[in-house]
Amino acid sequence: MNISGQDFIFGCSAIGAGLAMIAGIGPGIGQGIAAGHGASAVGRNPGAKSDITSTMLLGQAVAETTGLYGLVVAIILMFVKPFGA
Amino acid sequence: MDMRMGMLISHEPDFMIHGVYQYQMFGQEFWITTTTIAMWIVSLIILIIAFMANRTLKKATDEPGVFQNALEMAYEALDKMAQGILGGNARRFVNYIGTIFIFILFSNLSGLLGLRAPTADFGVTFLLGMVTFFIVNYQGIKNRKARHFTSLFEPTPILFPINLIGELANPLSISLRLFANLLSGVIIMGLWYGMMPILANIGIPAALHVYCDLFSGAIQTYVFCMLTMVYINDKME
Repeated sequence: MNISGQDFIFGCSAIGAGLAMIAGIGPGIGQGIAAGHGASAVGRNPGAKSDITSTMLLGQAVAETTGLYGLVVAIILMFVKPFGA
Repeated sequence: MDMRMGMLISHEPDFMIHGVYQYQMFGQEFWITTTTIAMWIVSLIILIIAFMANRTLKKATDEPGVFQNALEMAYEALDKMAQGILGGNARRFVNYIGTIFIFILFSNLSGLLGLRAPTADFGVTFLLGMVTFFIVNYQGIKNRKARHFTSLFEPTPILFPINLIGELANPLSISLRLFANLLSGVIIMGLWYGMMPILANIGIPAALHVYCDLFSGAIQTYVFCMLTMVYINDKME
């Protein structure tokens, strides 16, 4: 089987896209910690449930950003194909 | 005309933006894309609802009907959201926040109508982020005068490059957050509809639509508006 330079570049792009999605680990841990602390806060003070929920969601969305950067890089590598002619 | 428009017919996974009509203006090449058409449809839906709301509220009664009740609840929720962050300044910004809230919400939910969500196009979300950026900086210069620029050198002048990057990254990060969330939903739905056998397309996509369109779309709308207000509130003092 002959692998041309173009195929090699696309294969490496796919590997790079997979590596970029390692960025998904961080937001998973961060959002889990935020949700856990939110749950314990609701347990201590059930009256403030709506405030706690909105604060938690805002913090989780901000923590999600780095993972989404990884997702954007992976999508660009897979579908836009910036490398190779 | 582009012949690749078979969004609903083809059985290839398809989640890209397609050109529909090409035209020339000022010697440049412009395209009307599926995003543009989806935005027209969303704007039309919002306009119709706005006209109906206007007519209902002009003859508002003390015993509200269903539609008037829903409108009042929606306005109160928006007002409460703005009051929670901006406090006394909420009245000045609730119009803008409400506008982008309704537009982003209807755009995100348009995936339920079979459209490709307009907010899954970076051109749309980047523009929304830039509008936020200009409002934030206008308010900063208006309220804090020269301190808006000198605050970049605090606490020490060495940190100026980091502060500058921090300011310039704000519009990019909020627009990328909205874009990437919606794009991941569009890609998941496109892959499911395009690659699954025909039996898997009965019933199961409904659950995916609930997560990718309803849940994710509503949360990201809320987050975009909250972050816009947080950035504005930072520049009020």
